[in-house]
Formats: sequence, C-alpha cells, structure tokens
Amino acid sequence: MLLSILPQVLVDGLTLGFMYAVVALGYTMVYGILEFINFAHGEIFMVGAFVGTEVLLIADAMGSLEGMNPYFALILILVVAMAVTGALGVGIERVAYRPLRGAPRLIPLISAIGVSFLLQDLVRFTEAVARNEFYLNSPILFNGSVNLGIATIPQKALIVIVIAILMMMILSFFVNKTKWGIAMRAVAQDQSTASLMTINVDRVIMLTFLIGSSLGGATGVLFAQNYGTIDPYIGFILGLKAFTAAVLGGIGNLRGAMVGGVLLGLLESLAGAYMGPLTSGAFGAEYKDVFTFSILILVLLFKPEGLFGEAVKEKV
Amino acid sequence: MAKKWLSSFKGIPLLITLLWIVGFSAALFFAERSVTAFIGVLFSIIVIYYTNSQKNVKLLLGALVLLVIIPVVAGDNRYYMEVASQVGIYVAMALGLNIVVGFAGLLDMGYVAFFAAGAYAYAIFATSQANEFIPGDIFPLSGEWFWPFLIVGLIVAAIFGILLGLPVLRVKGDYLAIVTLGFGEIIRIIFNNLDKPINITNGPQGLTPIASPELFGIKMNTPFYFYFIVLVVIAFIVLANVRFEHSRLGRAWIAIREDELAAQSMGISLLNTKLTAFAIGASFAGVVGVIFAAKQTFVDPTSFTLMESIGILVMVILGGSGSIPGVVLGAAFVTVLQVQLLKEFSNFLHQLQSAGIIDLPNQLDPSKFQRFIFGLLLILVALYRPNGLIPAKRKKNDIDKIKNSDYNKEPQGILAKISQSK
Repeated sequence: MLLSILPQVLVDGLTLGFMYAVVALGYTMVYGILEFINFAHGEIFMVGAFVGTEVLLIADAMGSLEGMNPYFALILILVVAMAVTGALGVGIERVAYRPLRGAPRLIPLISAIGVSFLLQDLVRFTEAVARNEFYLNSPILFNGSVNLGIATIPQKALIVIVIAILMMMILSFFVNKTKWGIAMRAVAQDQSTASLMTINVDRVIMLTFLIGSSLGGATGVLFAQNYGTIDPYIGFILGLKAFTAAVLGGIGNLRGAMVGGVLLGLLESLAGAYMGPLTSGAFGAEYKDVFTFSILILVLLFKPEGLFGEAVKEKV
Repeated sequence: MAKKWLSSFKGIPLLITLLWIVGFSAALFFAERSVTAFIGVLFSIIVIYYTNSQKNVKLLLGALVLLVIIPVVAGDNRYYMEVASQVGIYVAMALGLNIVVGFAGLLDMGYVAFFAAGAYAYAIFATSQANEFIPGDIFPLSGEWFWPFLIVGLIVAAIFGILLGLPVLRVKGDYLAIVTLGFGEIIRIIFNNLDKPINITNGPQGLTPIASPELFGIKMNTPFYFYFIVLVVIAFIVLANVRFEHSRLGRAWIAIREDELAAQSMGISLLNTKLTAFAIGASFAGVVGVIFAAKQTFVDPTSFTLMESIGILVMVILGGSGSIPGVVLGAAFVTVLQVQLLKEFSNFLHQLQSAGIIDLPNQLDPSKFQRFIFGLLLILVALYRPNGLIPAKRKKNDIDKIKNSDYNKEPQGILAKISQSK
C-alpha cells in the first residue's frame, strides 16, 4: 500500500521541486551578487501568478480563449507575466534596495520585508476592487494526463517540468556563455574590481533583478496552471521554501539552487505522504512545513555552505 | 536651518505640558466619546518626555498621568481601558524584543513564539485542559494562581528561548531572520496540531474559559484591572531595560551588534551573550503572554501568527531600535493605529455605506490593511529614518571625568606592578 503510491508521490514531488528550483534561482542570483536575501521574491512569484491568471480570465471573458491554441495561450501568459514581474523586480530594486546599498546589513532586509507585505496587500486590494474577491480560480489550459500504468502524470505537471527545465537551460547558457553573463559572474565575485574592468555594476544588478524576477513570475504562472486556485499569500511560504532550497544547494550557486529545489520538492512530497503512516497518525501531513523548515535549520547548522557551495571565511 | 532650530531646542516648557495634560484630560472627561481627546491624553506621555524640566518632575508627571488621570478620566469607559491595556501589552512586548533586536542586533522574526509559550503555559492550567494529561481532577486552577504563573510564564518562555537559541544563534545576520521566522511558524503549527496524540493544546479550537486573576477575593476580569497589571509589568521591564543597557552585559550586546568579530576578539563569548539576550527577551514576552491569556480568557493558535511578530518588529524599528523611549512610542503608535484609528475609520466608512453614500466591498475595509501599513512603514523607516523616530542615544563617556576619578589615582592591576618594579 505504501509502495504503490510511491510513483505518484515522486511525480508530485518533481513538479513541486522544479517550481522551487526556478524560484530559488531568483534568490540565489541576488544573493550571489548583493549578499542580500530578497525577501520580496516570493511575492513577485505571486504577482506573476495573478498577472498570468488575469490575462487568461480577461481573454476568457472576451471569448477569445475558446478557439486559442493552448500552447499559444500558455506562451502568451508566460511572456506577459514575465514582462510585468521583471519590470516590478527592477522597480523594487530601484526604489527600495538601491538607496540602501551602503547601509548596515539589516536595513535592506527590513525594507525587503516591507515590500513583501506591501505587495501582498496591494494585490489583495486590486483583486478586491476588480472582482470583489481576493482569490482567483484559474482556467486550466491542459486537462489531459499521461497514464504510465504505475502513475498518471497530468499534462499540466509535464508542462511545469518541461518549461522549468527550458528556463534553467536558457539561464545556464546566458550566465556561462554571453558577455552579460560573464559580467554578472564578475560582479558576483568582486564588485569594485568588476567596475574597474568597465562593467556597469548598477546595470548588472538591474539585469539580475530583471532575470530573477521574470523567472519567478513565470513560475507563478506555472503554479496557477498546476494548482488552479491562487491567493495573495501563496508567495510567502513558497518563497521561504524556495529560499530553503537555495540554502540547501548552496546559496549563490545556480546549479545548487536547481538541485536543491528538486530535492526539497521530492523530500517534502515524500514527507507529506509517508510521515502520517510511518508514525501511525501522530505526525501527519500537517507537519509538512515543519519538516521543510527543519531541513533549513539543519542545513544552516551543519553545512551552512550547502551541497554545492564553497565555505566562505569571514573577512576582517 | 532646521538643524539649528533643533539644536537650540531645549524641550517643551513645563507650562505647556501642564496645559496639554489638563486640557486633554478635561476634554476627555466632558466629551467621553472623543477619540482625539483620548489619544491626546496618551500622547501626553511623549510631551512629558520632551518637557524641559528635571527628571524627577517628569517621572512624577508621567506617573500622575498613567496612575491617576487615565484611570479617573477613562476608567469607567471599558473601551478606552481596553485600548490602554492593549497598548500596554504591546509596549511590554516591544521592549522585550528591543533587547534582542535593538541591543543585541539579532533580527528575531519569530518572537511571538515566546508570547505563545507564556500564554499557553497559563491557559493550559487555568482551564480544564490540563486534566487531559495530568491525572486527578484538580484543574482548572483558581484565579489566585495567576500571580505565581507570571513567574512560571517567564521561566517557560526563557527555557523556550534558550532551547530555540542554542541551535539558531550559530547562524548569522539575515539567515537568523529566516531561521527564527521558520521556528515561529514551527511553534505555531505544533500548537495547532498538539491535540493528538495527547491533547495538550486542544488544537485549533483553542482553550477557554481561562480563569481571571484574583487578588484578596476580588475577581479582576475587566480591562480596568488589567491596565494596572500591565503598568506594573511595564515598569519592571523598563527598569530592566534601563539597567541592562549600560551594564556589562548590555555593553557586550551592543558590541556584538556593532561588530561580532571585534567583540569576540575582546573576549566576549558570542553564544552566551546572544543566548542571554534571547532568553531575557523571550522571558518578557512570556510574562506578557500570561497576562494576555488571562485578559482574553481565550487563546488559540491564530493569535500567534507571523503578522504578530512582524507587528512587534515594526514597533521596535519604527520607534528606533535600541532606544527605550522610541520603542515605547513606536508600540503605542502602531497599537493605537491598529486597534483604534483604523477601526474608527472603518466604522466611519461602514456608516457611510449604510447611509448609501458609498459602496464598500468587504475586502476594502480599512481594518484589513494591516499588511499594507506595516509594509509601508517598514520601507519608509528603512529608507528615511533607519534609526527610528527617536534614535538611541549613545552614552558618552567623559574622558576628563574618568581621568580624574578615584580609580585612576592609584595605578592598579598590571600598571601597578609596572610602576612598582620601577
């Protein structure tokens, strides 16, 4: 009985894990360059989910969704959501983080926490004005599923995984092969030397926020497509878990964030499915979040550099 | 220009302060429903703080307002006393968090967990809940047990603080914020689900009715009594804050806040010092938690969400972390804003709505704009007043005074040995 659900649990875990991985990339890119936890990244993910869903709902209301190719519709909402969240990320950086770059380390973090709460309420406010409700039910573009015998993979989960892998591949190519990617790595290594090498540090940081935020926004769209219902508070816990994934993989390390995300998704899914039966009901799926946070705490205590990161010595 | 004016500003003349107090108290006395008058009376504490007169006079005036004027003028109004005791509860908590965030510089985003520990410590034994896991039908305890439980709550929360602090405090800076946030959520989830396998917290249903405190046979179940209980606790916490600030321990906290490495190389034990900050901050929250449980007569996990932690953090940061008057101001401001101004404003809008003037969707109710306001306050403070409304003052040591002090006349310690060998 326990083993027969295993393939399904793994499929769910992978879907969740790939979403964590892409959001974790946003945390890790910003941390790699600024050594700063962009607390509002989870909310950018949430805004992406809302923008994508709103585009679908509006298209549906105008009647143009019916005849549309679902792949085209998906690409459309991905592009719109990525554009909006990318701009949002750059704007937040400009207004709330850049003026604080020289300040003590806790001050930008406080500003980021503020941005995070502000965005939650702004989205709730906008939705309340527009639709009188603050949660949305998204039209699902892909309803089919692939039956493998031992597990059924919903088409929407496949879409999540494929698009997440595509985005990660493009990002790897960008960071490793292009001029801007090299500039980003240079700034991450040493800001002042990079600026001596005629790299415009401010612009590179802007680019980092643009890419990280649009990836987060795209994941929001995937989340809405996969789970159907969204509310303004989905970003917070998911953001925390994606951050956990980034720490698990080694913060500042792109490959680490990808592996950490998938690993965390799998672990969480397994814990959710098996903790209850294994402890004969004492600690069930309601302790799933506790399990994830415990992973975060354990990693920070025993291997703070993560699976792929390098241990850093503090400089005086 | 403004700076010049500020530096020549010696304080508000005593006469104006007196007029302020008398004016607003009279206004509140005659116009009982006037919110402005009530806030004016509360605000007079700040006016007194800035008055240009001797410390003793200011203390006396403050005590007069808190102990005599507010109870006399607003004492028969349950609502005002409720607001005043809520303000007190948050002031006390913010002062506790001030030790952790303000003095030691440890950004704790799960502070409400300690508050919850204190509240549940009293709630479990002051309802029949404890019978579920302790044999013998001896619970609920009577209200007289409230007083010893203030100490129990303190100890329980301090133990929680140490237990959480031991693993957490090895993590630094912004990681600490995330980890404490995670721990805060863990504690809330555990309290929410600890109705099985053994029913300890009664899960999401919460615990009720919690016994009200009793003293000499008087049942203290109105906000009027809690106002005084909270005042006593605040007085104790303020005193502790003031005494800690310039003590050896307090200076060690500040040193760690400014530079961990430098502090460590001066011989300060990082873990122990941080742990005491955590435990002391936690213990204050525990005491307040006991009072909170007794005042509400009902606790459930929804009172201890992340929003509460953030709210208390906003109070500390807005007021000025590390600054005792600042934190009191921040806590009072945020609480009055939340429990009074926003509610009044939303009542006002509801009246307009029932009169048919405007259409107010439920989600736009101003009292639901907590996150928006907290978020905005945090960003604005971070950008424009990173040290808060009343920044902490650094105590300046007078070099001449140290040079001429009695300790300095005779060479001591290693200096004495050197001069002897000459």
